[in-house]
Amino acid sequence: MNGRDTEGTPYAPHGDAETAAMLSAVGVDTEEALFDIPESVRFDGDFGIEARTEREIRAEMGEALARNRDLVELLGRGHYDYYVPSAIDHLADRSEFLTSYTQYQPEVTQGFLQALFEYQSLLVELTGLGIANCSMYDAATALGEAATLAERVRESSGTRVLVPEHLESGRREVLANYVAGTDLVVETYAMDDGNADLDALAERVDAETVMVYAETPTVRGCVEENLDAVGDLAADDDALFVLGTDPVSLALLEEPASVGADVVVGSAAVLGLPQSYGMDLGLFACREDFVRQVPGRLVGASTDAEGRRTYTLTLQTREQHIRRERATSNICTNQAWVALRAAMHATGLGADGLADLAKRDVADARDLAARVDDVEGVQAPHHDRHHLREFVAHTDQPARAIRDDLVDEGYAIHVVDEHHVQLCTVGTTEDERDEFVDALAEVAR
Amino acid sequence: MSDERDASADGTGDHEPAGDASAAGFHFDQARWSDGDRHEPLSAEKRTTEAEYDDSPLPDDLTRDDLELPKLEEPELVRHYTRLSEMNYGIDLGPYPLGSCTMKYNPAFTEDVAADPNGLVHPDRPVEAVQGTLSVLHSLQDYLARIGGMDAVTLQPPAGAAGEFTGVLVADAYHEHNGDDRSEIIVPESAHGTNFASAALAGFDVVSLPGGEDGRVDLDALEEALGDDTALLMLTNPNTLGLFERDIEEIADMVHDAGGLLYYDGANLNALLGRGRPGDMGFDVMHYNVHKTFATPHGGGGPGAGPVGVVDDLAPFLPDPQVVEAPDESPLGYEFETPEASIGKVHGEYGNWLVLAKAYAYIARLGDDGLSDASAKAVLNANYLASQIEYDVPYGPFHHEFVASAGDQDAADVAKRMLDYGVHPPTTKWPEIVSEALMTEPTEIEGKRTLDQLARAFDEVAGEDDETLANAPQRTTAARIDQTEAARDLRLSWRALED
Repeated sequence: MNGRDTEGTPYAPHGDAETAAMLSAVGVDTEEALFDIPESVRFDGDFGIEARTEREIRAEMGEALARNRDLVELLGRGHYDYYVPSAIDHLADRSEFLTSYTQYQPEVTQGFLQALFEYQSLLVELTGLGIANCSMYDAATALGEAATLAERVRESSGTRVLVPEHLESGRREVLANYVAGTDLVVETYAMDDGNADLDALAERVDAETVMVYAETPTVRGCVEENLDAVGDLAADDDALFVLGTDPVSLALLEEPASVGADVVVGSAAVLGLPQSYGMDLGLFACREDFVRQVPGRLVGASTDAEGRRTYTLTLQTREQHIRRERATSNICTNQAWVALRAAMHATGLGADGLADLAKRDVADARDLAARVDDVEGVQAPHHDRHHLREFVAHTDQPARAIRDDLVDEGYAIHVVDEHHVQLCTVGTTEDERDEFVDALAEVAR
Repeated sequence: MSDERDASADGTGDHEPAGDASAAGFHFDQARWSDGDRHEPLSAEKRTTEAEYDDSPLPDDLTRDDLELPKLEEPELVRHYTRLSEMNYGIDLGPYPLGSCTMKYNPAFTEDVAADPNGLVHPDRPVEAVQGTLSVLHSLQDYLARIGGMDAVTLQPPAGAAGEFTGVLVADAYHEHNGDDRSEIIVPESAHGTNFASAALAGFDVVSLPGGEDGRVDLDALEEALGDDTALLMLTNPNTLGLFERDIEEIADMVHDAGGLLYYDGANLNALLGRGRPGDMGFDVMHYNVHKTFATPHGGGGPGAGPVGVVDDLAPFLPDPQVVEAPDESPLGYEFETPEASIGKVHGEYGNWLVLAKAYAYIARLGDDGLSDASAKAVLNANYLASQIEYDVPYGPFHHEFVASAGDQDAADVAKRMLDYGVHPPTTKWPEIVSEALMTEPTEIEGKRTLDQLARAFDEVAGEDDETLANAPQRTTAARIDQTEAARDLRLSWRALED
């Protein structure tokens, strides 16, 4: 689109005459004269990156991504493929949203600030907690941030963080890295048939414990039935009760505040974002009295000079650009645009729409488990619990071989261990699940 | 589009209208949907509905009692958020010269390649079913390594600060592997706040390095700060004043002689493309801000991506997994590999795929010449703009950004007033070495005509009185917002508005 003869970036509008005029105004002959880089560290080679046209790149990337197998995914474990209405894509891609920066000038960015205020408010309704920030990177980093929050607000001299034995490995590893710079130590507590083992937990929680983490549904899709008891155990020793969940589950399951949760973390990208190879939106909500210790950005309401209600980033003195090494987190760029999408999706669904999704997820998981249980060589669900979206199944044949055979048949499933697979219902149609059960019957015998 | 076509299209050519701000012909009025003493009502003020739990498939004691949320039907939803978008300023509307933020045009086609449904897959697919995704990621790792002069790159960190944290953890693991217990990270006073915070998050003591009189690293101060405890020196080059650290080789030698490592903060990489590579300057580890240098949209605050590059010695410590080419005997093209002494994961999965795909497309579009030209034009634009404004620019020679001083005016007020001229203002009051700082980075995407308008905005504001500035902005959706009230009377959700 530019009229220049010389090769260069297509995204700079300078014509040759214009460049010459600007150089002259600056008082140099060439652009190179503006670079104050010692000769000894000048790079005079090539990257060896050939420029391509838009058409070529679209073709190249299209062909590359077409090499991803066309599979029906019965995959979950933190990433769920809920249908995202087209309207969300079109609205979120409005470039006034997409191409804006962080709202450091709130007078000219009221639209995004209001959307983030709505996002925070939705999470407050869903969790029952006083405040929610306007995003973390993902569920794993939100869990890590919860642990550092626990260290900052702890009332004891303890160092122990307790997490369930069944925890997605990415979350476990990221948590370990977030506490690496603290004196916190992460330990696990046992599970009893897919739920927290309360006796085992009771033995582990003591004055040395600063945080107890539980999830509902768990990574294996089990609804955690004893959340209030977990909360009580944590509270008895002044440990923070951190609950991992997501906005769809929250529309049906017990309200976190009502079971004593101090912090809620998890994946909010179940709303608004299609599967994006693990890209996520970290949910972070907590008790109001932690407000000065919260990581991440907060949008608050205020008033402008004309007396109208407005929105602005607030309590920035917690943040790295002001507080530097004493900030509550190092986070700066977050997942704001994904939060915008989640707010849009939730607002389109409403409370009933969200709750309907969760109810369907319970019913679908129950139904699929029953049908899979009828397959010779498979017993499901492995855990005698209520499930939401997904469940673990026992397989007589090695799980890995079943997984591999199913890929050949066009299905992707999780392998949990040698003789357990995990199946998720979200994102598949009833017909697809019917055909899957037939395919499973072929390979599981 | 050429200038000639511009001129014939609107008949204005290069003639700039004379006169005051409102007569200058380039002010704007932002949309202002209002409803009494608020703007567009909150979604919850439009309509809410309640969920019902009578038909719940779970026992009552496992479900919540009630839930009330806003519910807008699609036509209402579209109008609600379209109105909000109209009350938001993005780079597609006008210049956005925020220093250190590199607000470039985000090429439209990169949205299309990222939206390819074949790439919208679950992260736990078996490796043989994501060969296409891995090929793109592998190519991007390779591109970034070449651009930074690094030996290996991880794409996992989801933002620049996450990249810093990753780099610090990698450096820490390297020292520990060598039986070397080092507890300090040195950060120049004028560095980005994230450098301090990332070092502290990883458990290091932060040693703040005072700047030299010329705005660069003071070698004597550095000598003083270096010691047996030094794990890392974190540097931005060019620094936040836009100045290249001319002594970078000596700095690298000093740090390495002390047994430390050198970290490159990639926030300002847009100044160097094709002219200098951190790896060639002695840096051992760096992060790239792809939402800055490689033009992925900033999305109102994210998502970004902060890939980390390292030299060979540090490669064994990179996050798990790395995407590598499969051995010849394998039926696969690409596979995952756990680096020998990996620090483990820094993101739950593989980072922000949609952002990485856009960055790959951008780099491929520009190639060697385009990337080099982007830096040339970014540096030219900063220098041209600085030459056209009345505010003093005390430090130079600068590159892709400059820091002007608002002098007797309050920089924050200057910024508010600039909004009335239809431009986004610079970053203000930072770095503190310049009083009333206006940190300005126009990037390569603006032509002379826009830069002249931007210069006019600066100069108009420079000539205005304190009262005009204090009453600004006037033409934006909101008038000046009371920050004290926001922090003192905290209302962080619509529930809090009712109290």
